[in-house]
Amino acid sequence: MSPRRTETGGRIDRLRTIRFTFDGAPYTGHAGDTLASALLANGVTLFGRSFKYHRPRGLLAAGVEEPNALVTVLRGEVREPNIAATMVEIYDGLVAVSQNRTPALAWDIGALNQLGGKLLSAGFYYKTFMGPVIGPLKGTRFWMFCEHFIRRAAGLGKAGTAPDPSRYERMNAFCDVLVVGSGPAGLMAAKAAADQGARVILADLEAHFGGSANWSGETIDGMPAAEWAQRTVAQLGGNDNVRLLPRTTVWGYYDGNTLAALERVTDHKEAPAKGEPRQRYWAIRAGTVVLATGSFERPLVFPGNDRPGVMLAHAAERYVNEYGVLPGQRIALFTNNDSAYRSAVALKKAGATIVAIVDVRADVSNDMRRLAGEAEAELLDGHAVVATEGGKALTGLKVQRFDAISGALSGDARSIHADSLLMSGGWSPTIHLASQAGAKAEWDPARQAFLPPKPTQRWIGAGAFTGSFSTAEAIAEGRAAGVSAAGGTAAPAALPIVEAAPGDPDPAPVFEIKAKGKSFVDFQHDVTAEDVRLAHREGFVSVEHLKRYTTLGMATDQGKNSNVPGLAIMAEALGKPIPEVGTTRFRPPYTAVSIGSLAAERFGDLKPERLTPMHDWHIANGATMYSAGLWYRPMIYGLPGETVEQAYVREARATRESAGIVDVSTLGKIAVQGPDAAEFLDRVYTNMFSTLAVGKARYGLMLREDGLAFDDGTTWRLGEQEFLMTTTTANAGKVMQHLEYFLDVIWPELKVTVTSVTDEWAGAAIGGPNARAILAACVKDTAVDNATLPFMGIVHGRIAGVPVMICRLSFSGEMAFEVYSGAGYGTHVWEALIEAGQPFGLVTYGLEALGTMRIEKGHVTGAEIDGRTTARDLHLDWMLSKKKPFIGSAMMDREGLIAPDRLELVGLIALDNRPLNGGGHIVEELDEDNPHDSLGHITACCYSPALGKYIALALVKGGKARHGTRAFVSDPLRNRFGPVEIVSNHFYDPDGSRMHG
Amino acid sequence: MLITCPYCGPRDVIEFTYQGDGNRERPQPASQDLDAWNAYVYDRLNPAGDHNEIWQHSGGCRAHLRVVRNTITHEILSTAFARGGHKTESRS
Repeated sequence: MSPRRTETGGRIDRLRTIRFTFDGAPYTGHAGDTLASALLANGVTLFGRSFKYHRPRGLLAAGVEEPNALVTVLRGEVREPNIAATMVEIYDGLVAVSQNRTPALAWDIGALNQLGGKLLSAGFYYKTFMGPVIGPLKGTRFWMFCEHFIRRAAGLGKAGTAPDPSRYERMNAFCDVLVVGSGPAGLMAAKAAADQGARVILADLEAHFGGSANWSGETIDGMPAAEWAQRTVAQLGGNDNVRLLPRTTVWGYYDGNTLAALERVTDHKEAPAKGEPRQRYWAIRAGTVVLATGSFERPLVFPGNDRPGVMLAHAAERYVNEYGVLPGQRIALFTNNDSAYRSAVALKKAGATIVAIVDVRADVSNDMRRLAGEAEAELLDGHAVVATEGGKALTGLKVQRFDAISGALSGDARSIHADSLLMSGGWSPTIHLASQAGAKAEWDPARQAFLPPKPTQRWIGAGAFTGSFSTAEAIAEGRAAGVSAAGGTAAPAALPIVEAAPGDPDPAPVFEIKAKGKSFVDFQHDVTAEDVRLAHREGFVSVEHLKRYTTLGMATDQGKNSNVPGLAIMAEALGKPIPEVGTTRFRPPYTAVSIGSLAAERFGDLKPERLTPMHDWHIANGATMYSAGLWYRPMIYGLPGETVEQAYVREARATRESAGIVDVSTLGKIAVQGPDAAEFLDRVYTNMFSTLAVGKARYGLMLREDGLAFDDGTTWRLGEQEFLMTTTTANAGKVMQHLEYFLDVIWPELKVTVTSVTDEWAGAAIGGPNARAILAACVKDTAVDNATLPFMGIVHGRIAGVPVMICRLSFSGEMAFEVYSGAGYGTHVWEALIEAGQPFGLVTYGLEALGTMRIEKGHVTGAEIDGRTTARDLHLDWMLSKKKPFIGSAMMDREGLIAPDRLELVGLIALDNRPLNGGGHIVEELDEDNPHDSLGHITACCYSPALGKYIALALVKGGKARHGTRAFVSDPLRNRFGPVEIVSNHFYDPDGSRMHG
Repeated sequence: MLITCPYCGPRDVIEFTYQGDGNRERPQPASQDLDAWNAYVYDRLNPAGDHNEIWQHSGGCRAHLRVVRNTITHEILSTAFARGGHKTESRS
């Protein structure tokens, strides 16, 4: 057994030895040890190097607030940096390494930074990265170069680059009462609530429930407190209505009593059992939350308070009572309150020599004098520690007379030989979750601490969290909170009886001993008391500015130890009381949360894929697919050796020469039904729909309320009160929501329902001179001749036995038809059309050919209806009815929307016979080095087989007035410059003779 | 944040889409009062406190709701169908 391990005591299993390595050296510990306790038992005092100065650092704490002893845990290729050694449970084969040291922890070259301490003071970055203003290194470039090395020198552990193979889970949980913290207050609350029949979740970030009961050495109901806690947990565990979550940090308190928690399921094991995730993210919705999160002991600020061997008093008590490890053999204590005296007695009992108790107070109570006697310690009341000695481990300290009121030191310094110095600067309730939940903390001058605010959500506090630091109070408050949270009334049953050391919970208001040397406030970010005062001298008076300038409280520990001492020092510098300086609000997360747990199962490509009914057919027939929003659509059906351009040109040409077919199932389809359906469409569209005959379709345009163009499509009147609206693929969801909004909020009196039927219909558009002949060959039960199926007419028939609805409309500009069938029969009908088309040389075509033919026709799509264009800009003003108001009609004629210099839709022809690019700008005169003011930009472009030229659609100032004139495309990013001719957007068959047949 | 949909009960905010300030009054469709239209289209109240809002249960029944929400505490004070009818009060 190691020299620092006690013979008995603690909840470790001395019969089970566990082997692990730290910085490559092998060590052993026992089951129940943390990495911190096991290394401490092995005599390790040096755990890390500080952030800026690379000072040697040892353990300050025993729990989650540890700022110094941060390690990186390695599992194979995966490394997890910046974990507090106090929170790592050891397991066989654990590999941990220290951080922020080069080349080794014991001999770190970065420690030279201490020599330049003045340079690295508060605001170092702001002052440094300005760069010299004169001289050969003028400017910031040299400093940018230095920054690389400076950033490397300052810092914490390195993140890994290997992919994380672990599995993470997300769980949603609901409960009547969530109890956070399992000390005496939390256990009583959970038990009381469970006894009332409430569904209870008890969460604690530690591996073992019990909190301070595990190490206080107190007696509850005649048994050691740790045993009482174990029994209570066992009782709770036997209840069906209680869920126990150990190793679970509740890290966020959100609206609606929703809390986020991280359960470390297998981090303490060599390997996860089958099916176990590494960590589990819990989203917990709680009826009421009992906050029993306890409190943190504060360090005192004095020179050398960061030397390895200087530790918080309760942490030492915890190491000895919970882990059976003595932090030293000759121990001194330094305190401003009574709680350290109990620690001294506990360490004495475990076999240490207590050389001195240094108390800043002159008026130490008789109870405390008795405890000092019990510890056989010299009591130096009215004294303070002014220096510590030693290198990588403490060897001694210096004390001087101290006046707690004035802060003055007097008399000669006296040296005391000690290998461990335990400090206590009072206690701060752990109010983080309450602060997150919404309200400001309140300063309590007696406790010298911020107490939790009044609840702004449904939570009840209990125990040290509320500033009630004794176990007896915690038990009483815990039970009351549990009963109340469960909606019951307190039973008058007797409370457990606590036997504890006496003590006044109120400390002396002393935070800092001002003497020569570096006195640390924030250990993890290396912020000293002098840094805080420097920030004040430089004009930072707000606590929020102080925090950001000095980075106090901004390290991974988020100032759990340092916030209150830092504020106290700032308040003194400002000459204001602490409550006037205020405190910062806490934000989630309470402790670091792995990104993996937040993502849980949701990683990789999370987009749902929308596939048309004919998707598999396209794949099987050589389509290159293209993702359009969530949809996958054929881009081209390329032949071997064809380029994309060759493929679409072939497809478009074949369509115009004979026939082509394209899958249009992705178009948004909305069933608009009801007695007022026609009236509704009149209000929604710019043009009339009430006049549309049954069995006919009409092209419609919608505007937004602000008068800009919104969406277009055809709407088919299937019955007197029934319409089928189609929308663009991209806007289907938006249009649906738009219609629903107007029906629900603006015109609830209209008797109309709208239903999204996009996925119910498969659509195929077949166009070209032979399209009608192909339909005639396969459509049954209806004729498709010009009389039966005129332009914009609708017929119902059958193809290959399947009912279909056919509307004669054209996007390609050819004689064309859209054939709709039930989605389940989509491929069946598609194949029948392909077969019927074979004698005619029917081709399948994709989005590229579709786009090419629409550009040739000058039709607009989302590229032109881009949220900035009006109907007039797009030459769709013929669709604006003057007979009725419609959505956008009042706003569409505003000055700016009818101005003559607006961008208008035009066509472009590349005069140099080279491809144009979408986004390229149009200029009047070409100057490649100095691109001129833009006249507008290209929205869509292609090679036109019909024209034999590269063409484009563009939005250009002046628009129509420029038809027939020359301009230039200026596209410096892609180095494309050249002459274009501005023409009408209707390149091909402008009078529509082909589609009207 | 939980919003109580009169159809679906208390549901997480993730299922809802914010559809804007519920205090706006749309002018009569034929109105040519541009100031009124401008106020309707562009002006939004931004109170620190109780606010009338329109939310759509887009991930559920798709009904639009009139919701009174406290913008400071995020407390939902009441919900009702925008079309009128069922109203749920919840002051906790």
